[in-house]
Amino acid sequence: MASLAKAGAPASETDFRREVQQFLSESFPPELKGKGNPVTGVESDLRETEPQRRWREAMGARGWGTPTWPKEYGGGGLSRKQAAILNEELSRAGAYNPIGGMGVMMFGPTLLEYGNEQQKQEHIPPICRGEIRWCQGYSEPNAGSDLANLQTTAEDKGDHYLVNGQKTWTSGGQWADKCFCLVRTDRSDKHKGISFLLMDMRAAGVEVRPIRMISGLSPFCETFFTDVKVPKENLVGREGEGWTIGKRLLQHERTNLSGGGSMARMMGPRLSDLAKKYHEADASGVLTDKVLRDRIADFEIRWGAFLLTARRAAEESKEKGGVSEISSVLKKLGTKLSQERSELTIEIMGLQGLGWEGEGFSDAELAGVRAWLFGKAVTIYGGSTEIQNNIIAKRVLGMLDHQ
Amino acid sequence: MAVLNEEQEMLRDMAREWVTNESAVAKFRAVRASGEPRAYDPAAYATIARMGWAGVIIPEEFGGTDFGWLSAGMILEEMGKTVTASPLLTTTLAAAAIVLGGNPEQKAKWLPQLAGGAMIGTLAIDEGAHHNPHRLETSVSDSSLTGTKAFVHEAHDATLFVVAAADGMYVVDTSTPDAAASVQVATRHLADMRSHAQVTFCGARAEKLAHGGDDLLDQVLDRARILTACEMLGMAQQVFDTTLDYLKQRVQFNQALSSFQALQHRMADLFGDLAMMRSAVEGGLQALDSGMMMPHAAAIAKAEANRVLHTISREGVQLHGGIGMTDEYDIGFYLKRARVLEASWGSTGFLKDRFATLSGY
Ligand SMILES: Cc1cc2nc3c(=O)[nH]c(=O)nc-3n(C[C@H](O)[C@H](O)[C@H](O)COP(=O)(O)OP(=O)(O)OC[C@H]3O[C@@H](n4cnc5c(N)ncnc54)[C@H](O)[C@@H]3O)c2cc1C
Repeated sequence: MASLAKAGAPASETDFRREVQQFLSESFPPELKGKGNPVTGVESDLRETEPQRRWREAMGARGWGTPTWPKEYGGGGLSRKQAAILNEELSRAGAYNPIGGMGVMMFGPTLLEYGNEQQKQEHIPPICRGEIRWCQGYSEPNAGSDLANLQTTAEDKGDHYLVNGQKTWTSGGQWADKCFCLVRTDRSDKHKGISFLLMDMRAAGVEVRPIRMISGLSPFCETFFTDVKVPKENLVGREGEGWTIGKRLLQHERTNLSGGGSMARMMGPRLSDLAKKYHEADASGVLTDKVLRDRIADFEIRWGAFLLTARRAAEESKEKGGVSEISSVLKKLGTKLSQERSELTIEIMGLQGLGWEGEGFSDAELAGVRAWLFGKAVTIYGGSTEIQNNIIAKRVLGMLDHQ
Repeated sequence: MAVLNEEQEMLRDMAREWVTNESAVAKFRAVRASGEPRAYDPAAYATIARMGWAGVIIPEEFGGTDFGWLSAGMILEEMGKTVTASPLLTTTLAAAAIVLGGNPEQKAKWLPQLAGGAMIGTLAIDEGAHHNPHRLETSVSDSSLTGTKAFVHEAHDATLFVVAAADGMYVVDTSTPDAAASVQVATRHLADMRSHAQVTFCGARAEKLAHGGDDLLDQVLDRARILTACEMLGMAQQVFDTTLDYLKQRVQFNQALSSFQALQHRMADLFGDLAMMRSAVEGGLQALDSGMMMPHAAAIAKAEANRVLHTISREGVQLHGGIGMTDEYDIGFYLKRARVLEASWGSTGFLKDRFATLSGY
């Protein structure tokens, strides 16, 4: 059983902890303390302040924004244990990891696995420094859950590919520098005709049109490719290997989406504290609305069981090597619970919790509404809940289509 | 499944093997057919005790093996898979109360007998149909205990009752004929066909468990919640596995039922629920072994066990169609036992209230 005691940590860990503490005291701008990560959750138009830039560069120079990636490509080269220590110290100092986005979450790990040496040298270091922003060109108007139905084509023109087609729901497409794309290089086979191609969003023939969401924000776009020339060296893996590589990337996406820890951090104040603020409690702090109290406990018990499940999945994967069977349920469970939580959050606040903009609402109230609406996406993207259910039933439970 | 050490793995495999080979559901049918109010097979329990399973949480100096709660829980989980009828759960809980609250003489007197199977123990706490451990009328004066306890599990063969009275917890030892005369056991047949009884203590000689502190009762009950959840986990796993197998075999409309997406998604939901239940239950056992966040963990463990076993036992019957309604098929045993365990040591409503109180709201 995992011992939770800190006492008796090896000397090297204590040394590393000191190194992190010293780095933080020298490099973390005090004015950013406790402000949280400006890019958490939603991809957004990031205009950095001067201290934010300094902090990103300091972390990037050490590779500590991507702590476990290899040092030779600009990562931190840290062990899991060291990365955990780094995390602990960051939160203790009220700091955040300024290096993030799709490059870190999904593209980097995939390229480290499938890219050639030249591609890794070219693309990984700028991700580690937080200089280049990536977006995901997977979905198309007629290729959503049925992603392999994608029609954007890359035509072999000798020294380059000529790309034509339309992507959609491209998160952060209007702010991204580059795009990892699934394109069709062969019409004769649905899956084996797909390739994984890296595109420059500034190239001639690339056009983006932002789409407005129910939350009022426009963090994603329609993306049009018209006769875009893409150098051959931007093909990752071989032609036709795109489906395999693309699916591996989705695994990284799901792991990130369902990580209990990161989700817990995104969650804000405890529901019971919120309820005490917006409702009544008796002298001993017991909520007077017994029905609400029961519902909060009901949620928190299940949330507790989910966090234990995320922990168990991690322990089992570590012990047995490979991915634990129950990892397959984490995304569906975690996203459902997070939506339930934000529904409860706005309900607890009453009409005060539905403010759209302007006077009469705190920043937290306004942010809660947008988060509630944006949160509806988490059961849709990264493989919708229904698609997760298909995968669990077929791959894990062996319930096949035809027998 | 929690990551186990070698010793735990051996014990789990041993339990799994015994349950599969020696204690299939047919054994429970035989117990039921016998009509004996004790509702278990004493020979089987003697084997259980000989294998050391009654002493898993008892220190070695008192005849146990001290393997810990995770080990005890795994054995009960395995037994839950075949609805094995035995007083192991209640005996373990009675022993836990003495380990926590007994003085050295009391431990020396009773623990070895519980560990060895010579005595069967049980908890006598609630006085009505609902779990309500802090409203008790049972009282003690001059070491003689008087009160009526409702639905005491495994009461028929128990000779060691751990009884909650208004001022603390007591042991009533009925192993001598004299002592037995002061205790009346009136059978209450519940749907699960196991041993339950109303137990009336009329001035029974009682010894106080005075070493456990003010929250001894809560500590014992948290252990009862977690261990009960272990039996429930085994039951839920078995119903899930059986249902999945059935859907793969049963053909309608010229195809296996398992190929219908509506059923696939229901099973995927249950699979997710079962994962949460297992994490919650194992988390409870780990909390017991490490002593951290125990009351919260116990509430989460039993509340999740209640929620998930309730759902799975209903879905299990539904997804079997008509055959699930027959006595000849086993699934009904799980449904009936499920409800008895859901109501014992805290319904979901009780546990949510307790969780909220523990969390300060
Ligand atoms: C906020 C947001 C950001 C996104 N960002 C990106 C991005 O950056 N890059 C990118 O490429 N894509 C992105 N997506 C797209 C996302 O991946 C797709 O929305 C998703 O794959 C679902 O596809 P769809 O929208 O076409 O829905 P559809 O596939 O049309 O599904 C509609 C409904 O039918 C259900 N359904 C579909 N197939 C089945 C089936 N076989 N069985 C049962 N039910 C089924 C679905 O679960 C859903 O409920 C984003 C989406 C959102 C909402």
